[in-house]
Amino acid sequence: MNRKRTEIMVGWLLKISASLTVLVTISIIWILLYEAIMFFRQVSIVEFLTSTEWTPLFTNKKFGILPLLTATFLTSIIALVVAVPMGLITAVYLSEYANPTFRSVIKPILELLASIPTVVYGFFALTVVTPFLQSFIPGMAGFNALSPGIVMGIMIMPLISSLSEDAINSVPRSLRHASYALGATRFQTSIRVLLPAASSGIIASIILAISRAIGETMIVAMAAGQQPRFTFNPLVPIETLSTYIVQVSMGDVPRNSLEYSTIFACGITLFVFTFLTNNLGIWIKNRYYRKYEI
Amino acid sequence: MKYNLTKKIYDRTFQVIGLITISIALLMLVIFLVSIFKMGIPRLSWDFITSLPSRFPEKAGIYTAMMGTIWLMVLTAIFAIPIGVMGAIYLEEYGKKNRFSHLLEKNIANLSGVPSVIYGILGLELFARTLALGNSLLTGSLTLSLLILPVIIVSTREALKAIPNSLREGSYALGATKWQTIYRLILPAAAGNILTGIILALSRAIGEAAPLIVAGALVYVPFAPTNPMDEYSALPIQIFNWISRPQAAFAINAAAGIIVLLVVTFLLNGFAIAYRYRLKKKQKW
Repeated sequence: MNRKRTEIMVGWLLKISASLTVLVTISIIWILLYEAIMFFRQVSIVEFLTSTEWTPLFTNKKFGILPLLTATFLTSIIALVVAVPMGLITAVYLSEYANPTFRSVIKPILELLASIPTVVYGFFALTVVTPFLQSFIPGMAGFNALSPGIVMGIMIMPLISSLSEDAINSVPRSLRHASYALGATRFQTSIRVLLPAASSGIIASIILAISRAIGETMIVAMAAGQQPRFTFNPLVPIETLSTYIVQVSMGDVPRNSLEYSTIFACGITLFVFTFLTNNLGIWIKNRYYRKYEI
Repeated sequence: MKYNLTKKIYDRTFQVIGLITISIALLMLVIFLVSIFKMGIPRLSWDFITSLPSRFPEKAGIYTAMMGTIWLMVLTAIFAIPIGVMGAIYLEEYGKKNRFSHLLEKNIANLSGVPSVIYGILGLELFARTLALGNSLLTGSLTLSLLILPVIIVSTREALKAIPNSLREGSYALGATKWQTIYRLILPAAAGNILTGIILALSRAIGEAAPLIVAGALVYVPFAPTNPMDEYSALPIQIFNWISRPQAAFAINAAAGIIVLLVVTFLLNGFAIAYRYRLKKKQKW
């Protein structure tokens, strides 16, 4: 009977461990909601969503989230402009054109690119890419959205290429053979058959990459600057949501003050956007896997 | 005939574009490494690794930050591995297809998409303030544990999934219980792949700066931490701090610090990838 008791106890222990992850999610949502509600008791939510000035650390305090939001989207969009074409071309090339040896060399290198710590990418953006861009873009500031955006694009490119390649690979062989039998080239087959057939997997990979870019912190904190500015000009210093959270955490702002609680307002904004994009990505991906289940 | 020629030209053109794209990615990696190594290698010395931080760039070293990182990694491993592996065993071996485990799965997929700064906020409120652990190593490592928990669970599940059912059925046929089967058969068989996943998760944690900064890591500590309640800094934070200073000499220190960080990350990743490859070749089923 002792054996049976062990079985039951182990079962419970394992279940509790797995359940801890739910507790983590609940804690995140609870903390962000609670602190954000405290914040919005003192600051009008209308001002927060519509004002174009963000100066909570100055004497004349303005609490408009828009400058931080536009900065976050600006750097993310630049990253996507770099990462989406590069990632998709790489995915198609590796799955349809490359020979197995080439693929087996390139894939671990791309994995390596994805494993580099983000502070290292930030350093690269600040000390190599920015001076290089400044050499032919007149009037570009030392801190700007363009350089960290491009570097972030290189960082998320392997994410898009590997997920898209998986999606292309799982298109049934018969579709490929049918296309070749009709006399189509590899390029025609890729563009007209494989990409449409794998489209939901590819879209999911792009959406997950967007979420990753929105939440990315160190690259933009190091190379994009710390000046909240309502602009879409990629050449001037800006500040993203995540950078602001880090900036306040590093400074001497007293905890429990209104200034300090702004990080929770920024945190919940960041969380809402990444949560929405993530779930959209997961939803599209699941739909896709169901499509080809035999 | 003409149509045939154009479509061949398109095909060739794409092949060239594909090669160019991949070359650009590789070229970036090369420029990246060369520029950092060129800047940092001359600064790298035994002194640099064993010196305390200083306001004079030529005297400053990474000793306190590196000890902080080592402490963080050990503590994070202690917290995250048992919970992650046990959670994965539950999801893969026990709770298959019931509604609760479906909810857990969705939740884990969501957690792995939460930005790392948000984990920093969680660590700050939950560990530093509510549990009153302050700016200690314990706060930092618990925060990192939560951050890599989804990664460990997902990779451990993959490892368990790869074990064929015949092994389980054979064990049950001999009268073994479920836990006996898992503990004596499934876990040892999956151990290699589980270990690979854990190493990759830890190598991700080692490079994280943002969640630690938010959860209360310091940019400057005069001495290396000696127990889990001590205040601490970490290698990525030291690098961030150096690069934020105006003097060029600190940027060189940052480059040298990055080399140390990269060597450790690449060693961990290289080991994991090579080990995975060997396991694949040895696989008996």
